[in-house]
Amino acid sequence: MTVIEKNVCCTPSEMSSEAFTLGPLQLGPPCCDPEPHIQIKNLSLSYADKTALSGVSLDIYRGCITALIGPSGCGKTSFLSSLNRLTDMIAGCKIKGEILVDSVNVHAANTDVQALRRRIGMIFQKPNPFPLSIRRNLEMPLKEHGIRDRYVLSHRVEKALTDVGLWDEVKDRLDSPALALSGGQQQRLCIARALVLEPEILLMDEPCSALDPLSSAVVEDLIKSLRGRYTVVIVTHNLAQARRIANYAGFFWMQERTGTLIEFGRCQQIFEAPAHQLTAAYVSGARG
Amino acid sequence: MDNSHQAYGQLMAWKRDHLMTLFIWLAALMVAGAFLWLLGDLLVHGATHLSWSFLVDAPENAGRAGGIGSIIVSTLLILTVAMLAAVPLGLATAVLLTEFISATSRFGRLIGMSLDVLAGVPSIVFGLFGNVFFSVYLGLGFSILSGGLTLACMALPIFINTAEAGLRAVPDEWRAGAAALGLSRGAALLHILIPAAAPALTAALLLGVGRAMAETAALIFTSGYVDRMPSSLMDSGRALSVHIYDLSMNVAGGDANAYASALILIVLLMIINGIAQSLSEKLLQRRIITA
Repeated sequence: MTVIEKNVCCTPSEMSSEAFTLGPLQLGPPCCDPEPHIQIKNLSLSYADKTALSGVSLDIYRGCITALIGPSGCGKTSFLSSLNRLTDMIAGCKIKGEILVDSVNVHAANTDVQALRRRIGMIFQKPNPFPLSIRRNLEMPLKEHGIRDRYVLSHRVEKALTDVGLWDEVKDRLDSPALALSGGQQQRLCIARALVLEPEILLMDEPCSALDPLSSAVVEDLIKSLRGRYTVVIVTHNLAQARRIANYAGFFWMQERTGTLIEFGRCQQIFEAPAHQLTAAYVSGARG
Repeated sequence: MDNSHQAYGQLMAWKRDHLMTLFIWLAALMVAGAFLWLLGDLLVHGATHLSWSFLVDAPENAGRAGGIGSIIVSTLLILTVAMLAAVPLGLATAVLLTEFISATSRFGRLIGMSLDVLAGVPSIVFGLFGNVFFSVYLGLGFSILSGGLTLACMALPIFINTAEAGLRAVPDEWRAGAAALGLSRGAALLHILIPAAAPALTAALLLGVGRAMAETAALIFTSGYVDRMPSSLMDSGRALSVHIYDLSMNVAGGDANAYASALILIVLLMIINGIAQSLSEKLLQRRIITA
């Protein structure tokens, strides 16, 4: 395993990993000099009649896990969906401000949305494997993105399933229905389906909240192993989880009937030495 | 005093429950009974006239004798034309309504309203429209083509409504999942949404076929009365329902063959039903697998 760039975001013990098929760790830059992967500048988001989010500015750092915490209804999911333009699917949703992914303006009219979404994978709260076989769940998106070679297809399917720890569980029944898998397996399949397109960024919207505690722990470990390989943005209501896996954390709260980012910083700082009193109240469980 | 009140209340509740159960059973029995009676009547009066020659021979003596070979061929041709025209148009409209425009938008409401109105238009009006538009204006004359296209117009509203409901029932999570993977809308439709809605689409097709097969009034004006074997789609052809109507209303002594033809019509519907169901299941097994 070759480690590219020095990393101070994670402790060395967390970096241990054997025979990972994804190739070398691309660890995030040192935290004292983080490199922004996604830059959000003064983002506001409104639906037909109400403003869901206003004045959000932050940088999301390459190779790190950024957790977004805060109570329900304060715009975290809207924020996440605006990063890969899934907000396009909601009629009447308007976006102001700027989102840059490696200097590509996400919401510019001439942005190739399909190419963008190939770079930015998304995992949803409820596992949503397609009603196809396990194999076709992974092959179909690849084929649609122009990969037809059968050897390449089966290789990448195996690789993605191995990465999420599902290969040994399903290698003998790749042609059976994906919907017959357990909830936790389905969610890992969905992560594999995102990984198979080899994205740079993964957006996760409460990926563990619909799972039982054991499956949740498996998926959490999987997410932890993505650190350094992908830029991960995860929305979670589970503060302990955020604390366990995230390098950075952002705290959202309702202010004047619209969601906004109250505080953003190193995960440790947000939880142990929050600068804002709302953050302090929320992470200590006094409010929210 | 209190106790007897309570007992009385319980008795009334018991009575009410049992009366309701009885009523529900009676209603279900009546529905089933009506269908069985109809089928039994057809079987008793029609089955004795059935034979292989009845199925393949041409009608003779205005249908009193001979078979219904040419009628079956005309019926199937009209049906094929109707479905070939209605299914692509209807599916496209249903996809437009569910995937591309909002049902509450002005255009969506306009289409929805037109479909509701169309669904309520009496078939005789469709017949007159088909006669004026397809037969006369487009110059198709009394032909299988005119009849089929008129039936397509009639079957469209019910086909679209059912197909639309089927597509709407496909969970939005799959749409979001497909979009998040950078799939085009076409790919999502082709690989996920349409196969997932296949059972509903089959039901839509069957409802359309049912409406088309049962139709008489619209066909009298468009595909005509001629009971010869059609040699092309531009020939006039008599559909089974028209044949039954003619035999029972206009031809003295045609009742026996009318019964036999009606029995064939029902059997034909059942066969089409069975084929469509098994095709849909095969499609499900091949394309879409649910747990």
